[in-house]
Amino acid sequence: MNLFLLSWKYIKDKPLNTFLNVLLMGLGIAIILVLLILNSQLEENLSKNKRGIDLVVGAKGSPLQLILANVYHIDFPTGNIKLDEAKALTRNRQVKSAIPLALGDNYQGFRIVGTNHDYTKLYEATLSEGALWKYNLECTIGSNVAMQLGLKVGDVFFGAHGLSDTDLDHDEASYKVVGILEPSNTALDNLILTNIESIWQVHDHSAEEGEEAEHSNEPVLGSAYETGLPEGGPDAEITSMLIQFRSAMGAVTMPRMINSNTNMQAASPAFETQRLFSLMGIGVNMIKSFAYIIIVIAGLSIFISLYNALKDRKYDLAIMRSLGASKSKLFVHVIFEGIIITTIGGVLGFILGHGLVEFLTGLYEKSDAIGISGMVLVKGEFYVLLISVGVGVLASILPAFSAYRTDISKVLAQE
Amino acid sequence: MITIENLNFGYSEKRILSISHMEIKEKQHLMILGKSGSGKTTLLHILGGLLKPAQGKVLIDDTDLYQLSGSAMDKYRGQNIGLVFQKAHLISALTVKDNLLLAQYFSGIPQDKGRIKEVLDTLNLGEKLNSKVRQLSQGEQQRVTIARALLNKPRVLLADEPTASLDDDNANSVIQLLKEQAENNNASLIIATHDQRVKDAFDLQLNLNEQ
Repeated sequence: MNLFLLSWKYIKDKPLNTFLNVLLMGLGIAIILVLLILNSQLEENLSKNKRGIDLVVGAKGSPLQLILANVYHIDFPTGNIKLDEAKALTRNRQVKSAIPLALGDNYQGFRIVGTNHDYTKLYEATLSEGALWKYNLECTIGSNVAMQLGLKVGDVFFGAHGLSDTDLDHDEASYKVVGILEPSNTALDNLILTNIESIWQVHDHSAEEGEEAEHSNEPVLGSAYETGLPEGGPDAEITSMLIQFRSAMGAVTMPRMINSNTNMQAASPAFETQRLFSLMGIGVNMIKSFAYIIIVIAGLSIFISLYNALKDRKYDLAIMRSLGASKSKLFVHVIFEGIIITTIGGVLGFILGHGLVEFLTGLYEKSDAIGISGMVLVKGEFYVLLISVGVGVLASILPAFSAYRTDISKVLAQE
Repeated sequence: MITIENLNFGYSEKRILSISHMEIKEKQHLMILGKSGSGKTTLLHILGGLLKPAQGKVLIDDTDLYQLSGSAMDKYRGQNIGLVFQKAHLISALTVKDNLLLAQYFSGIPQDKGRIKEVLDTLNLGEKLNSKVRQLSQGEQQRVTIARALLNKPRVLLADEPTASLDDDNANSVIQLLKEQAENNNASLIIATHDQRVKDAFDLQLNLNEQ
């Protein structure tokens, strides 16, 4: 027998009461943890994906959509821009580098992105197998694509038009996998990368039908597979360009110049994601306050049940004193009871919170793309568990003090 | 063994009781008699180290009880004084065994399940070792409190109205049991009661009604 065991046996003696208090505490902690896990992973992944990109240039429309579509690959593109206009922009002195992107096709829901090798360098991606693409209709796939679809180097597949997997197949031209990337926890994991010309070739039906014989057997080396923009006709289009500035000055002048002087739109990933977070923040903060209210109620409920129990337990406490327990032992005994309940609540909340995130990410197919999982520990979780112990101490400190002051003789005389 | 010197204590503001000197020798038992309200419970609590008197000394062997510091007094009480009350104040969240383990734990002596079994056996409670307190009858609960009071082999066994809620047969058998157990454990037994049925059980008597 010891104080901890004694407190535990008291708790076990009132299973329903304990269950209610543990549940309240657990729910509060779970909600906070869910928010914490989602928020911190989202923030981490969003910032990881946007590093090195100062500006995204694409068709006019919603700037947030432009960022979501071209940096994170979760929204649909705003439209296309002329290759010539994009080329003109790269000649600006402020531009250090420009990576072109051409979206529009998918394979089994994974986006096929026309770009150059700079795009993989941006995320410091390395190959786990094979090589990067060089010839048109060759492709290098992200680790998640390879894993989920079971694709290997040398496999051949037909892309489908559009960005979701229900659309019609392009059965005229097939892609060939030449390499697989190592996981990088970035958007690359879920992309199929190829030359921009591959995208054009798949889409350019009229031109192709006539020259099919010429194309089919002889692979064509991409005109800009390593860096820069490809050569294309006057009507050629791309979806967007990811731009890095030479100096901070670019950030001041370029967006205004692009937005007012061209048919294109410029959006800053840093600014747009911050805007997104401040929009989400309102909701997150409201749910968070709600969770804190539940935790306060849990604390109150524990306080009330301990305080009420104290009336029935004053004989128990006096008896313990008469058996030799010191005042401080009774104090600790009651505090333990509060802490045990809230700690079990905290642990329950921990399991519930992580379980819920894992369950939700299983239901929602896009969660892989954003890179969210319930099976990770995030910063700040430790503090949440600390809060639960703190609530236990707070809820039990008054009852404990009253136990401390038990007047043995008086209580025992009131037979 | 128990010496009382110049003791003054007030049960209420109107009644101040004083005992100038009294001694209870080893193996002697004392009956404190008095109507309810006469202060016998208060005196018992003073003897048991539960209540500091307004004035005076209580010595058990050579230990001056109220010179001990708070937690030293608690330890001393746990190890040397056994208490039995009118109602069986057991901790109902626990089993019989845990109630007794608690007495060993709080008094700071090693927890000894063998000793617990032994004490319960002498009180015919051996089979109730793992029962919850709530499952016991009143009489059984009373005997468990006696077991608990004797567990740590106390020097003094104090009983406050142990027979008040019992019928004639049981009243006498509880007194006999307490006496027997006290003698087996070499403890002095002090009983406070207003119960006329048992007042003649001991030769040494202190009648508070006369004061």
